[in-house]
Amino acid sequence: MHTIVAIKQVPDTTHVRIDPETGTLIREGVPAVINPYDRHALEMAIRLKERFGGTVTVLTMGPPKAAEALVECVEQGADRAILLSDRKFGGADTLATAYVIAHAIAAIQVEDPADLLLFGKQAIDGDTAQVGPGVATRLAVPLITYAMRIESLDPATRTAIIHRRIEQGIEVLETTLPALLTVEKEIATIARAPLPNLVRAAHYRPETWDATTPVPFDPARIGIKGSATIVSKAFTPPRKEPGERMSVAESGLTRVVGQALQRLVTAGVLS
Amino acid sequence: MTETPDLGAPRIWVLIEQDAGQVHPVSWELLGAARRLASELDGEATCVEAVLPGYGVRHLAAEAFRYGASRVYLLEDPVLALYRNLPYALGVSRLAQTYRPEILLIGATTLGRDLASTIATQLETGLTADCTELTIDPKLRILAATRPTFGGNLMATILCRKHRPQMATVRPRVLPLPEALPRGATGEILAVELDLREADLPVRRLRLIPGAERLNLEHAQVIVAGGRGLGGPDGLTLLRQLADLLGGIVAVTRPLVDAGWISADHQVGQTGKTVRPKLYIAAGISGAVQHRVGMGDANLILAINRDPEAPIFQIAHLGIVGDLHEVIPELIRQLQTLRAGDSP
Ligand SMILES: Cc1cc2nc3c(=O)[nH]c(=O)nc-3n(C[C@H](O)[C@H](O)[C@H](O)COP(=O)(O)OP(=O)(O)OC[C@H]3O[C@@H](n4cnc5c(N)ncnc54)[C@H](O)[C@@H]3O)c2cc1C
Ligand SMILES: Cc1cc2nc3c(=O)[nH]c(=O)nc-3n(C[C@H](O)[C@H](O)[C@H](O)COP(=O)(O)OP(=O)(O)OC[C@H]3O[C@@H](n4cnc5c(N)ncnc54)[C@H](O)[C@@H]3O)c2cc1C
Repeated sequence: MHTIVAIKQVPDTTHVRIDPETGTLIREGVPAVINPYDRHALEMAIRLKERFGGTVTVLTMGPPKAAEALVECVEQGADRAILLSDRKFGGADTLATAYVIAHAIAAIQVEDPADLLLFGKQAIDGDTAQVGPGVATRLAVPLITYAMRIESLDPATRTAIIHRRIEQGIEVLETTLPALLTVEKEIATIARAPLPNLVRAAHYRPETWDATTPVPFDPARIGIKGSATIVSKAFTPPRKEPGERMSVAESGLTRVVGQALQRLVTAGVLS
Repeated sequence: MTETPDLGAPRIWVLIEQDAGQVHPVSWELLGAARRLASELDGEATCVEAVLPGYGVRHLAAEAFRYGASRVYLLEDPVLALYRNLPYALGVSRLAQTYRPEILLIGATTLGRDLASTIATQLETGLTADCTELTIDPKLRILAATRPTFGGNLMATILCRKHRPQMATVRPRVLPLPEALPRGATGEILAVELDLREADLPVRRLRLIPGAERLNLEHAQVIVAGGRGLGGPDGLTLLRQLADLLGGIVAVTRPLVDAGWISADHQVGQTGKTVRPKLYIAAGISGAVQHRVGMGDANLILAINRDPEAPIFQIAHLGIVGDLHEVIPELIRQLQTLRAGDSP
């Protein structure tokens, strides 16, 4: 059983602050983490390996610093880690990102065909949820988004039964393998990494692929050149005028509540 | 510039999302937006058209005409009876390759977000995700789609200059629901063959485990929401009492869902629901941007917080600085008195 997991290193958005002067994002000092959904995807891959044997490959496209995230994946239990890193990959939208990841996965599969491809349901920074579907479409494998449970999986018959969260409830789907799943956190609970993994990770260096070696990427389809969208403007959400405010400490409970109720009645929101 | 054959007037397409013959309201919101964009584009008239995939859904075309579509592309086939990524995407993509719409809008629902990226990939075009605002440059005919990113901390406006169609998924409830035209509004139905066989499709639905009764937070008129200031599950009981009196629904911030006090369908915000009630009471909620993006468009926001500096006061129309454990019981008491006085 070979599972390939795509992970993204993201700024921890709970620590993102906006510079009030310039209105831009302050990225300095914001810790980088593995996209939370991707860690659960990796954990699922590790569970499958424990059950069926085989290997887990992780890959990420990002700056050299993203190698840290891959080492963390090896700590968690990945066998092989690939960093797709080249300035030419930079500035990619989801169209170009999905091209690079799909092309890399196709190259990995030449030697070691995958049974399953796992992605997070979305990344917490870009938040588009578009990369997984884009990769599945390029590789022409079935796509199941918002997967929250693998009910069964059989590498021999190459089929799996997957639970997927939709607005109406939980959809139980049967799919052929290989398939690409984008996962919710419930897919697997993260266990503490066993000691041998930590030891192995301490010495592990991820493989680095650039835009030409070991696999050539189509220069017209990567990075800014290969992107169909551009961010034309980024701004902080505008503030509204603050409304009327009353204080219990200053005006007393009964009065403040009475006045508020009066306002609601006048506004016609109490039916 | 790529050359396109002359196909008559330019088109803006909206995907009509339906489940068992029920149309998701976001489809009508998008038809409203498409009409607005078309009217802002000067020059030749731009057509607003709807794409309707499904099985046994022909009758829904009449509704699409009432919301302003002049033509409905009807993609009817048994393999489309339940939503699946591949047949839906192939159906819409092939249609788009033939008719070359300038813009294609899809709801940012579970279905829409699954489908849109596949279509964009098949058409090798750009897709802006989860937008909250759409405008258009009438000269260049370029769509400017604005969306929250970095957990709502930053808004980004995205353009797709060279590829067509320009695609966007748009969040439900951020655009107004347009008025429907009177019954009898008509247009053209163009039925299109899909030509796919069940045996060729890799994914099959075995069953559906229905969700707990669907909570209609998105369309509630009154929402009584609480945050960590509630202090514990007991605070929720207080909130429910107030909600019952007001005929409203209880909503919460994410930490309460994470703590397991209440199910995730009650969560409002970036990773929860977007709501637009007439009245939103926010009690013990600090007003983090991830929460605000889900409720900032409520008609009237009443905030109750003991911290006068809480960011929620920046967007509240009405604020009470005080302890919610005092304020809410007093609100309940005075409301009961008010109601008692109303009845004879
Ligand atoms: C402010 C802003 C707004 C943007 N808006 C758009 C937009 O509307 N449309 C658009 O096309 N692009 C947009 N982009 C670009 C987009 O963020 C990048 O293309 C990004 O590399 C991938 O998108 P995502 O973070 O949304 O990933 P998602 O699609 O949300 O990620 C889903 C999963 O895909 C995998 N994955 C994602 N990225 C990588 C990676 N680099 N390496 C390995 N696996 C990965 C992970 O498993 C992840 O969990 C925007 C960028 C910015 C800065
Ligand atoms: C990627 C991402 C997505 C997120 N998505 C969401 C989302 O969808 N929805 C969401 O809500 N959050 C979301 N969050 C979390 C968000 O950042 C905040 O952490 C959260 O909204 C804060 O919840 P809160 O206001 O209940 O708690 P707090 O921030 O702790 O605020 C509690 C407030 O209660 C007040 N208070 C305390 N006691 C009392 C009292 N007795 N009487 C009156 N007031 C009192 C305090 O003054 C304080 O202002 C997300 C975060 C991230 C990173």
